[in-house]
Amino acid sequence: MRRRRLVEFNLLTGVVLGIVGFYVGWWLGHLVKAPSLDYFDDTGQNDIALFVAYFTGVVGFLVGLGFANYPVQRMLGKPPSLREKETEGIGRYFGLCTDHKVVGIQYLIGIGAFIFIGGLNAMLIRFELLRPTHLAWNGNNYLTLVGLHGTMMMGMMTSGILGPFANYFVPLMIGARRMAFPRIEALTFWLLMAAGTILMTALAFGGFPTGWTGYAPLSVQANMGMDAYIAFFALVGLSMTLLGLNMLATVITMRAPGLAWGRLPIFVWGTVSTSVLMLLAAPVLISTLFMLALDRTAQTGFFNDQAGGSPYLYENLFWIFGHPEVYILALPGMGIVLELLPVFSRKPLWGYRLAVTGLLGITLLSFLVWQHHLFVSGINADLRPFYMLSTELISLPTGFIFVCALGTLWAGRIRLTVPMLFALAWVFNFLIGGLSGVFLSDVPSDVTTHGSFFSMAHFHYTIMGGLVFAFFGAVYYWLPKMTGFELDERLGKLHFWVMFLAFNSTFGPLLVIGFLGMPRRVVTYAGYLQGANEWVSVSAFVLGASMLVFVANLVWSQVFARVPAGANPWGSKSIEFQLPSPVPVHDFDRIPTFGPDPYPYGGIEEAGFDGTRPAVSPARPTP
Amino acid sequence: MWSRRGHGWRIAALTTIGTAIVLPLVVFVLGPNMPPGKGTPVATSQVTDNTVLLVVMTPFTVFILVYLGYALTAFRAKPGEEGLDGAPLRGHFRSQVAWLASTTAAVLFLAIFGTTELLADNGAGGGAGPNPVTKPGGAPLPVQVIGQQWEFTYRYPTYGGVETATLVLPVGRKIAFHVTSLDAIHSFWAYELGVKADANPGVDNIAYVETKKISTFHVRCAELCGLWHGYMSDTGHVVSDADFASWIAARKRQFAPVMKYLPKYSSSYNPDPTFRAG
Repeated sequence: MRRRRLVEFNLLTGVVLGIVGFYVGWWLGHLVKAPSLDYFDDTGQNDIALFVAYFTGVVGFLVGLGFANYPVQRMLGKPPSLREKETEGIGRYFGLCTDHKVVGIQYLIGIGAFIFIGGLNAMLIRFELLRPTHLAWNGNNYLTLVGLHGTMMMGMMTSGILGPFANYFVPLMIGARRMAFPRIEALTFWLLMAAGTILMTALAFGGFPTGWTGYAPLSVQANMGMDAYIAFFALVGLSMTLLGLNMLATVITMRAPGLAWGRLPIFVWGTVSTSVLMLLAAPVLISTLFMLALDRTAQTGFFNDQAGGSPYLYENLFWIFGHPEVYILALPGMGIVLELLPVFSRKPLWGYRLAVTGLLGITLLSFLVWQHHLFVSGINADLRPFYMLSTELISLPTGFIFVCALGTLWAGRIRLTVPMLFALAWVFNFLIGGLSGVFLSDVPSDVTTHGSFFSMAHFHYTIMGGLVFAFFGAVYYWLPKMTGFELDERLGKLHFWVMFLAFNSTFGPLLVIGFLGMPRRVVTYAGYLQGANEWVSVSAFVLGASMLVFVANLVWSQVFARVPAGANPWGSKSIEFQLPSPVPVHDFDRIPTFGPDPYPYGGIEEAGFDGTRPAVSPARPTP
Repeated sequence: MWSRRGHGWRIAALTTIGTAIVLPLVVFVLGPNMPPGKGTPVATSQVTDNTVLLVVMTPFTVFILVYLGYALTAFRAKPGEEGLDGAPLRGHFRSQVAWLASTTAAVLFLAIFGTTELLADNGAGGGAGPNPVTKPGGAPLPVQVIGQQWEFTYRYPTYGGVETATLVLPVGRKIAFHVTSLDAIHSFWAYELGVKADANPGVDNIAYVETKKISTFHVRCAELCGLWHGYMSDTGHVVSDADFASWIAARKRQFAPVMKYLPKYSSSYNPDPTFRAG
């Protein structure tokens, strides 16, 4: 039992100290005066004050959550402990908790809330595009919506699968009781929550006009809302770096005895390859944004061509991060899909080594393709054949993933459960996403498609059609394990079919609209595209409504119906399904031993689930 | 249950039939309608390029869709089989090699084809930087495109550097667009010409095109450049030589009084914020 303390460290103290910290920083920042710095006293624009305020606000928030307690205690000579893990009850979800399962659920809810906000922005964007002329938002508000939608989604979804599911299940899958750095694990989550809140404050400072790419010089000249973008993405980058580092350290050092690399479930491989990208790419983002912040405050000229800098520098640095970033979004989805297909085909994963090669091949190649975003920018025109080749080469490892997915279906006994439907939809959506990507990788074709709705529809096919569908597959597959209660299957199937049809009805026509000449991020468009845009907008609203079906399912089945899921509702042979639902606080009583095969399906043609061999023989945890 | 040979033959047959049906549709129906239309030789070869991409993709797409459809029909668990496993297959060397070989062949073909097209078309209408690798023969007419928030203006250096707000080009001429910007990054997108080139401050980004027929075309900004980006569009014209000569002469007369306020023609400009025209 814990001692009662006068002040508990939890979300409430975090928010209070965060707000106090923000205003202290705001005041401190206004004390900085130098003749060489621009101040806009008449407009109230003081970027220095805002950056300092964000910094002190985040520090206050983290101190209020209790992140300073342990370092201080260690400095005072107290012994090391993981006391934060011992807490019980609902309160542990509202503060610093080092239990990887609690962090997983925190991620699911916290990220889910911000993604919901990002989705609402998309609805507002599509509302404006019902008419080719001005309808609801002025230019600035429209661009702010576009920027908030893109930035929120790209920032939050980077951890959309690794946050909830890798944090929860990777330690279980490798037979560890915790992550390598449990406090850093909690820190990655709370940094994201601070970041999301900061991004929303852009609305209070006039929004920002640059979209999620933040190209300089536009981002240097933009108003104070831009600082919210910079602070958001830098914090997301920090969270990603730490998350990747933590995952790699965990998988490298904490695998159970006998669990060789070739015995890891493919989801762990998806996590490892994503973590490599996070660890190597996200620091580039942080440095780039630091340079941008200096350009905006201290008038350095990194991205100002008249001061010896170059806008190309920003574009290059951003995409050196940005292209691995889109694979940070794609790889976890591949891991999920290849994890789900064996379970619901009742077969081993087909071509395990090929799939791992595919994941690692994508990881390597994704660092070599970034200038395909700059094909018409005029930089390095003589290198375009190289970037065309390297971009098209990525379709080889991606093809490995496809052939492994297809091969797993071969001669299986396929059950079309809700998670399986989402996994199969991934195959279809990612196929279209990949094929449309070929047009963008080919320079002559890219001349038309670059910067158009075509490229926007392309990456929505890969990210929403890929990652988000895989995310929902994972939710339907693993949520019963995380909470102990089933999700309603009929509502789940309704959600799937509405979402799948509305998704394709939204982004399929957008490919055509892009081909017909509509640029991205415009508030007005040519009149002859109105009919198509109306169709897309209505489809997008239906797509948004499908999310409400999901929320209704979540609330109904987890709060009201509460049907116990049992330990293994899917007949899966993965280790987490050999444990009770929800997984007990200490995971295992004894570290389990693992067999040579993560997918020991097959050969059981008479017996049911009960007669199947489990993948592992974990010691039964005591109740 | 596990006589899998029949499944393979059926999928192969369905893929072949499907490809045989879809491929002519792609070549003869979809292909000619691919963007950006056949307004210029560059645009025409982009249409060809898009068609070739579609042709290469078609067999793979048909195969994957046929396979998905077939697998979900033939390999569904029948009622009463829910607890049973499928065949314990862990891979098939020959089909993996076949897949790898066919995708590699397709990718290498696409890369080589794209490179050939890019070089043969002198950058294929895309911005090729200040020193394009390949240049068209003859003397193309230089037209400078200046992006600024939030409009494009056009300078004709061979006509005394006159600057206009509309883009007019003579027909049957090779054109060299010199694209630059005064502030943020813009992108000059002349859709029907098949031209797109980013306008970067301080950079002379060159894109080549040859006008073929008298027509109008749409010009848009394709790179987010701030508040009025969505309104940054206009219409350009390809006109006969005689019309162009009289148009440019009229513009020279019209703008003669204000020419002294324009900076001297240069490949890029450093706007002086303290300089006020007029």
